[in-house]
Amino acid sequence: MQILPEMLVMLLLLTDLRLLSSSRIAACIQTVVLQAILLACMTLAASWGHLTLEVMGVVLSTVLVKGLLLPWLLRRATREAGVSREVQPFVGFTASVLIGGLLLGLCFVISRPLQQAAPAGSAVLLIPGAMFTILTGLFIIVSRRNALTQVLGYLAMENGVYAFGASLAVEEPMLVEMGILLDMFVAVFVMGIVIYHINREFDHIETDRLSVLKD
Amino acid sequence: MSVVLLLISVGVLLSGGAACAALGTRGSANRLGAAVGVLGAIPAILGAAHALCTGQTSAFHMHWSVPFGSFRLAVDGLSAFFILIIAVICGLAAVYGAGYLKADIGRKNLGASWCFYNVLFASMLLVVTARNGMLFLLAWEFMSLASFFLVMFDHERPEVREAGWTYLVATHLGTAFLLALFVLLGWQHQTMDFERFALPADSMSAGVLFLLAVVGFGTKAGFMPMHVWLPEAHPAAPSHVSAVMSGVMIKTGIYGILRTLTFLGTPPEWWGWTLLVIGAVSGIGGVLLALAQRDLKRLLAYSSVENIGIICMALGLWLLGISTGNTTLATLGLLGGLLHIWNHAIFKSLLFLGAGAVAHGTGTRDIEQLGGLLKRMGQTGVAFLIGSAAICGLPPFNGFVSEFLLYVGALSGIAQAGRSDVAAAGMVALGALAIIGGLAVACFTKVFGIVFLGEPRSDLAAHAHEASASMRLPMAVLAGLCMLIGLLGPLVVRAVAPLTSGLFLPAAATVANSTGIDIVGLLWRISAGAALLLVLILALAIVRRRLLGGRVMEQAGTWDCGYVAPTTRMQYTASSFAWPILDMFRLLLRPRLDRRLPTGLFPQQASFESRSEDIFRRFGYAPLFGAFRSLADRLHWFQQGRNQLYVLYIAVTLLILLLWKLGAR
Repeated sequence: MQILPEMLVMLLLLTDLRLLSSSRIAACIQTVVLQAILLACMTLAASWGHLTLEVMGVVLSTVLVKGLLLPWLLRRATREAGVSREVQPFVGFTASVLIGGLLLGLCFVISRPLQQAAPAGSAVLLIPGAMFTILTGLFIIVSRRNALTQVLGYLAMENGVYAFGASLAVEEPMLVEMGILLDMFVAVFVMGIVIYHINREFDHIETDRLSVLKD
Repeated sequence: MSVVLLLISVGVLLSGGAACAALGTRGSANRLGAAVGVLGAIPAILGAAHALCTGQTSAFHMHWSVPFGSFRLAVDGLSAFFILIIAVICGLAAVYGAGYLKADIGRKNLGASWCFYNVLFASMLLVVTARNGMLFLLAWEFMSLASFFLVMFDHERPEVREAGWTYLVATHLGTAFLLALFVLLGWQHQTMDFERFALPADSMSAGVLFLLAVVGFGTKAGFMPMHVWLPEAHPAAPSHVSAVMSGVMIKTGIYGILRTLTFLGTPPEWWGWTLLVIGAVSGIGGVLLALAQRDLKRLLAYSSVENIGIICMALGLWLLGISTGNTTLATLGLLGGLLHIWNHAIFKSLLFLGAGAVAHGTGTRDIEQLGGLLKRMGQTGVAFLIGSAAICGLPPFNGFVSEFLLYVGALSGIAQAGRSDVAAAGMVALGALAIIGGLAVACFTKVFGIVFLGEPRSDLAAHAHEASASMRLPMAVLAGLCMLIGLLGPLVVRAVAPLTSGLFLPAAATVANSTGIDIVGLLWRISAGAALLLVLILALAIVRRRLLGGRVMEQAGTWDCGYVAPTTRMQYTASSFAWPILDMFRLLLRPRLDRRLPTGLFPQQASFESRSEDIFRRFGYAPLFGAFRSLADRLHWFQQGRNQLYVLYIAVTLLILLLWKLGAR
């Protein structure tokens, strides 16, 4: 059992819990940035002995896009939309953390059969960790009111998917990783624009109040 | 050879269709679209004729990266039989369409309409040649969607939109059954290629497959009670499209049943009975409902249901003949059915084109508004008369030949079977054919009499104008074909006969011997009689002209003694003409009556109105879909309009699936 990858996954779990519990949007953005950097480190750690130029390229672009570009876009959206700095939850923060704990347990249960499929030498915690990140993202999307926090949830979910890919399938063509990255960038870009327009049209970006749009 | 010609045809149609779509609302789209339709028809006709003459099967295979799919085409006798009629009707209807749509140049997007027309044409060719389940379903879907867009041509009118949606729902319900059919077939044989479907399946699953095919293909063909889309969609479409849809598109359903039957091994007896009963119900129900209509094209649509019923009965006789080993019954049933497919395609498209000319010339399709059109639209009238006589199965036209074969087949079933069940089937077929024939004569007497004879019942009819030359030419060709097949029946039977070898029957050369009845000789005698009849009519016409020549003809009131001011409203109406017969079948048709009887010694007002709605729609589908709607309304709370909840639904579903999948391991 290698110490470093396990440590990194544990840190990832902690960032998930922080995402669930923090009440400030700025803190959430910071957490997602932190996750991105952790993921970059995990990729590096997974392919430490046989580091190639391609892996380096992926790591660098991950840090650039997820660590610099996306936070900048999100912060700008916060400023321009003039949203309150509070996360507005349907589910309170304590309850969120408790549910997070339950989800973590669930992840450990359901990832046991999956563990056999994992390549030898990968972190034991990796599959539950990645799955927990995905579920956290989903939970944030479901339980938060503000459109911006939903974008954050989406990012967390993508991070979970990336964690699966980056460490489990190192041999996979890097094209897939780049594809995910590009996908995400475009998605956040579009969401930023949509948020801006929703704000201009309705004077708020609280998605639960958009229910008048249903037919 | 044939398949190459077919591919050329499809290529011309698809590329030409795309070019039409690019032209859009420009007037040249109309000319180009019609030209593409005609050009695309020629190679297909040549290829089909080649395949029918030589009797060879030519195949084409190309790799196709669709799962379970491979691009396999083949032209055998059965395919060529259908290709020939599809290409002839589509080509002629394209010529007609150029004239019919001329009035819409600049007002409508004719480019799109012609694009869909040519796609419909190409997809029908692919449907009857595809030899892979995926390819078949794809072509089938293209056919359904292209015809849907063609039906929606006048989409500004709400009733057309309604008709289009009815059609779309019906056709997709049918396709759902076909999907199940092909999935089951593919699952049994581990492939979707038709050539490897030919393994005999066990009787239980073969029965299920047969029923799926009858429901799925029957929806397209218009079997009762799946026919409800037909009387909605056909009147709504432009007339040349109605002609194609009613003439050939619904026949692809028959093709599908025939093709599927070749996969399923020797048929048991109940399959024949199923088709026979469905056919009898469709035939009698269709003609009764046709009689009750007052919209010209809706009437023709119901008459299509009737003729599909006759074809279905013929197939039923064929299957019964095979399962009981009665070759005479089987051969005559199949030949009659196949011939009726061609014949119905010819005379029904002729009638739809004629109805289109009437609608074009007067601006209405309401029979009660028309009248006296024979004087104003002489050539259309004669063509319509020929079509009407042919559809009633009267000599010397083609309808008689095919129905005659069926009558002989049914009689032989009664006479030489030695089995009471075959005799009973023969009697059912005979009785149904007789009722259908009689009612069809009444129905088309009503149509021709009210629309073309008498005096105009409205200003619309009084100011009717004859159709343009490009609209009359296809009608003339079709009328000529009606007569040609009527006179040369034996030759046509001989051309069709090779097909029977692929359909559980002995090859062509032995048809005459195996049946024990000299069909060809019998048909030559009928042809001689028909020719005699024609000569007689011609001679009478010459005598009449001779006698009338040099004399003065004038028009006067018919009973000019008592009436001071006869009006056109004193003529028989279409409804009153049909009423005695409809009254007989009141129990079946359930007409809605709305009468205000005259009261008192000096009655002021009185009125009488009767309407016959489709009983299947009224008592079957309307309550069914109403129930679905109320059920769906109850699920409305599910739709809250909050995307958080929607994501939650997705997340919960995925989690449950994940747990279930993991638990199952």
